[in-house]
Amino acid sequence: MDIRQIKDAIARRSMGLVALGVMSAAFLVGFGLYWRARPVLAGRRWTEILFSAAWHPARGEFGLGGFILGSFWVTAIAMVIAVPLSLLTALYLSEYASRRTREWSRPVVDVLAGISPVVYGVWGMLVVVPLVRDYAMPFLSSRLKFFPFASDNFTGFSALAGGVVLAVMVVPIMVSVMEEILRTVPPEIREASLALGATRWQTTKKAVLKKAWPGVVAAIILGFSRASGETMAVLMVAGCALQAVPKSIFDPAYPLPALIANTYGEMMSVPLYDAAILLAALVLFLLTVLFNAVGWGILLRLEKREG
Amino acid sequence: MTQARFIEEKIFRGLMLAAAGMVAGSLGLILATVFVKGFRALSFDMLFKTPQGGYYIGGGGGIANAIAGSLVLGLGATLLALLVSLPLVFYLNVYLRRRSRLAFFIRFSLDVLWGIPSIVYGAFGFTVMVTLGLKASLLAGTLTVGLLIIPIMARSMDEVFKMVPPELHEAAYALGSTRWEAAMKVILRQAFPGLAAAVLIAFGRGIGDAASVLFTASFTDALPTSLFRPVATLPLAIFFQLGTPFPEVQERGYAAALVLTLIVLAVSVLARALTRRVTRHSR
Repeated sequence: MDIRQIKDAIARRSMGLVALGVMSAAFLVGFGLYWRARPVLAGRRWTEILFSAAWHPARGEFGLGGFILGSFWVTAIAMVIAVPLSLLTALYLSEYASRRTREWSRPVVDVLAGISPVVYGVWGMLVVVPLVRDYAMPFLSSRLKFFPFASDNFTGFSALAGGVVLAVMVVPIMVSVMEEILRTVPPEIREASLALGATRWQTTKKAVLKKAWPGVVAAIILGFSRASGETMAVLMVAGCALQAVPKSIFDPAYPLPALIANTYGEMMSVPLYDAAILLAALVLFLLTVLFNAVGWGILLRLEKREG
Repeated sequence: MTQARFIEEKIFRGLMLAAAGMVAGSLGLILATVFVKGFRALSFDMLFKTPQGGYYIGGGGGIANAIAGSLVLGLGATLLALLVSLPLVFYLNVYLRRRSRLAFFIRFSLDVLWGIPSIVYGAFGFTVMVTLGLKASLLAGTLTVGLLIIPIMARSMDEVFKMVPPELHEAAYALGSTRWEAAMKVILRQAFPGLAAAVLIAFGRGIGDAASVLFTASFTDALPTSLFRPVATLPLAIFFQLGTPFPEVQERGYAAALVLTLIVLAVSVLARALTRRVTRHSR
């Protein structure tokens, strides 16, 4: 075997080793968190930790239920805003916009995706929180005195503010995935529909979306997952006071990632506190891995079928 | 009936335009807010001095500690991610066939890793630190951010390789080159600008992330001097300054946000220019 082939063999083996490392990284992260979270799991049931909202570290009560619900609450608000916004934008870009507009949209989406979460937080504090405090809250809360609107929190730091900031943060990922999926729909399908006399929107709705909907669902799942893991921006605008059950979009919310970030510094002072926080990280890890596995699984399968 | 569908068309066209406008508008609004607010507090001292006594209650000084720290940590993490991503994407695209089961599984792993929130990476970094008995330091922060940006870098590099025409591989093999030679002498050259863009994107993401360095790099008012000491970062500088109740300190937080945003903008403009050079040569 000459030297060139030996070089090639060495490169193949060492690169394969790197690939093996990357493939096992997710397991490693999950296992590492589980290992350190074990002390708090000893003697407690999973259900107690996941569903109880009693969070009193000093008394040894570590119920994550309130934070998990808080996460869902903020994320749900974000998705209500972001899903229609992203879908309409992606449809516009793929079905209606000129080539030039589409080329201009790329850097806009890229920069939105690249801006630091903390800068989103700054923007949220300067723009979104005052808007919620001075306009949305007085307008809605005094007129609609029922479930998701009634509140006595007048600061503006609320689940709604967190949801709005999160919505803007997850739009880039959803738009880019959706647009890519819409572009894989063969143009013949559109032409056939248009030739039968359908309008552009009818074509979009009944032909394009019908073909692309699994990808759209995948994009929404990925957006949801991303929103539920965002930390700093939410920490800065959502108020972060523990609620057993969310009662209003104007009340403060305390999502799981914000809890992890907020206990920085104090968690080594109380026994089991650090284990509980790492358990919270483990829950977040399992949640996002599950969602990403489903979302990317759908997309990779679609890509395989297309190819 | 015929009228109704044209009205529907108009309504939805309007809604789509409004949605696209809102997305573009929110970017404009964010940038405008950061620029207007940040510009006022920006000064020579801000950029080139470290925090002096009583900085967080309005004392003099600047954020040079955070700027230097972020750059050092970002560069280290990017280098680390590059050392993993480059071999990985070469393996994926040169050694494995596109449709192979292993390639599918590696891509899937990258996607899943990409979706893990940065706070989870931060917490994981913390568990490793505790297990090994390390303190929060530049080293720990660099390793954690490096881990965080590996999937970001590798996935965009993978996209670049998809744009390299397969004929280029084939021509190299036909001339008798091994896969390694084809990778290093032909493909790397063709893909180089795109790979550089991927590196820049990952750097921009790494430098902007706060949740992963919160536990692992901690914060300090000093310039970074040692791998084993805590290091300041821009995102955390912003976060801590906004957390104080003093308006003049918050103002400086806005200036720090402007600096960070300018770095990220510069990086993405550069990355875009490089990407254009790749796409120009492909079909």
